[in-house]
Amino acid sequence: MSVGLVWRVLPPGLYARRARAVIERSYLVNRRAWMTVLSGFFESFFYLFAMGIGFSRLIGDVVGPGGQTMSYAAYVAPALLAASAMNGAVYDSTFNIFFKLKYAKVYDGMLATPLGPFDVAIGEVSWALIRGAIYATGFLTVISVVGLTSSPWTILALPVVLLVALAFAAVGMACTTFMRSWQDFDLVQLALLPMFLFSATFYPLSVYPEGLQWIVRLSPLYHAVELMRGLTAGVLEWAMLGHLAYFVVMAVVGLLVAGRRLGKLLLS
Amino acid sequence: MSVDPLVLAEGLTKRFGDFEAVAGIDIEVRKGEAFGFLGPNGAGKSSTMRMVACVSPRSGGELRVLGMDPTVEGPKIRARLGVVPQQDNLDNELTVRQNLQVYGRYFGLSRKHVRDKAAELLEFAQLADRADDEVEPLSGGMKRRLTIARSLVNDPELLLLDEPTTGLDPQARHLLWDRLFRLKQQGVTLIVTTHYMDEAEQLCDRLVVMDKGRIAAEGSPSQLIDRYSTKEVLELRFPPGEQDPEPVRDLGERVEVLPDRVLVYTTDGEAALAAAHTRGVTPVSSLVRRSTLEDVFLRLTGRTLVD
Ligand SMILES: Nc1ncnc2c1ncn2[C@@H]1O[C@H](COP(=O)(O)OP(=O)(O)OP(=O)(O)O)[C@@H](O)[C@H]1O
Ligand SMILES: [Mg+2]
Repeated sequence: MSVGLVWRVLPPGLYARRARAVIERSYLVNRRAWMTVLSGFFESFFYLFAMGIGFSRLIGDVVGPGGQTMSYAAYVAPALLAASAMNGAVYDSTFNIFFKLKYAKVYDGMLATPLGPFDVAIGEVSWALIRGAIYATGFLTVISVVGLTSSPWTILALPVVLLVALAFAAVGMACTTFMRSWQDFDLVQLALLPMFLFSATFYPLSVYPEGLQWIVRLSPLYHAVELMRGLTAGVLEWAMLGHLAYFVVMAVVGLLVAGRRLGKLLLS
Repeated sequence: MSVDPLVLAEGLTKRFGDFEAVAGIDIEVRKGEAFGFLGPNGAGKSSTMRMVACVSPRSGGELRVLGMDPTVEGPKIRARLGVVPQQDNLDNELTVRQNLQVYGRYFGLSRKHVRDKAAELLEFAQLADRADDEVEPLSGGMKRRLTIARSLVNDPELLLLDEPTTGLDPQARHLLWDRLFRLKQQGVTLIVTTHYMDEAEQLCDRLVVMDKGRIAAEGSPSQLIDRYSTKEVLELRFPPGEQDPEPVRDLGERVEVLPDRVLVYTTDGEAALAAAHTRGVTPVSSLVRRSTLEDVFLRLTGRTLVD
């Protein structure tokens, strides 16, 4: 994806190429709130322990990507990685950003400097990604060490999960710019939970009847789960390009909408 | 080489929906001067300041700041501005010092530079002993001082101050005036909005009185007083509701009735007071004073400044 090209087509005055300063701010703030950062780190392990290790005893082996047999823990671990990337990115880009936008007025201060709305959008989304990258690296390391992955392709799961996080963060931020009160956040929950449960996270798509399968295919998390599962199992398919494209589109559209809406809201 | 104005507005307009907050104003701010906006609440001062600060697109008219068009070169202009918004928008998730440093980083200044600058500005704002504290528990006046210090982090050429001293104690106000005066001597151009007469008289070389989105008058403080008021004012205080301007109406060029007093605008206040006494007018108290900007303001807007 040519990120550079996208930024060049932006109207002048909305992007000063200084998103780094926004990331620096987040780093300073989070350095002091390390407990929050750490708790996010453990979240995915709690899920893995509960779903993977717990259910593994009951379920035993399952048929994974490419027809190979694998333990249920190995089946569900990559899906949990995708889900936690989604959750982290969405929380960072909705609750967090809504607060700074509406109450803390952090962005009003920023926009009085040469920074433009796109510096803010890119900076904030990048921070979500940096955090996501740390979590994902930890998670991938652990599941590899305990033998829940079976392929060196697993290494590619890291950049791919970052693209997934980027897409969710960008869309999350775009949605946040339309929210008017905290009540609207119930909608975020309403979208996340069913996505988490039904996106072929815990069982294959084939358990659904044909019609429902098409609905599940609309869920972005489904595409993320497919990518993660394929990579950790070492089964690469052409369909993966389709999944990747889904997230590229999400990320680009999300960022463009987020940046423009931020500009509209703040530069009034 | 002719000196271009730092800010040039022609027919500058700001609309919010159908409402015209700024209804076509012309202003010209020259390099090195201190320019003031006076006006009652809702006059459109802040709306104008925000357009000049390039954080609010204009709805109509022409605007040039530092010779550039804010619509096209917003970031370039903002890089050379210092802005103190009416409402403090400090970063509550950062410490006092970090507020200055991080803000400097937004301007692309080096880490070392912002470190030194922050130390200097902490002294300026007299907040050095609170440097590593949270921002939230600071007093209102301290926050204001920090906001003002923050606006100087990039050594701006043009400083926009929207009611800078609201909430400051008298000592802090005088200190700030002194600092602003020194900045001006260094060649920094100032644009100030205020509700305080003394502030306008102290700080501003030239000012405009705004009312309902329009400019009602323009000039230096003394010019405005000459043009819109008399040399002296006789103030007659009455219990609220009992003030009657009729017996004194012909004692001056003009008479204003306020809730608790009658103001007689005249060249000789003492003579007017004596005349009032002979006519049997018995105020609770009386006072003869020189005209101030307050009187200009009252004349032009029909309102007192701080309402
Ligand atoms: N974002 C906005 N949306 C709608 N109306 C606005 C907005 N900002 C300002 N206004 C309106 O524009 C008018 C001028 O407001 P402005 O803040 O410029 O006044 P002001 O001269 O700064 O007043 P004050 O002395 O109270 O600060 C007011 O009637 C205000 O309600
Ligand atoms: Mg105002």
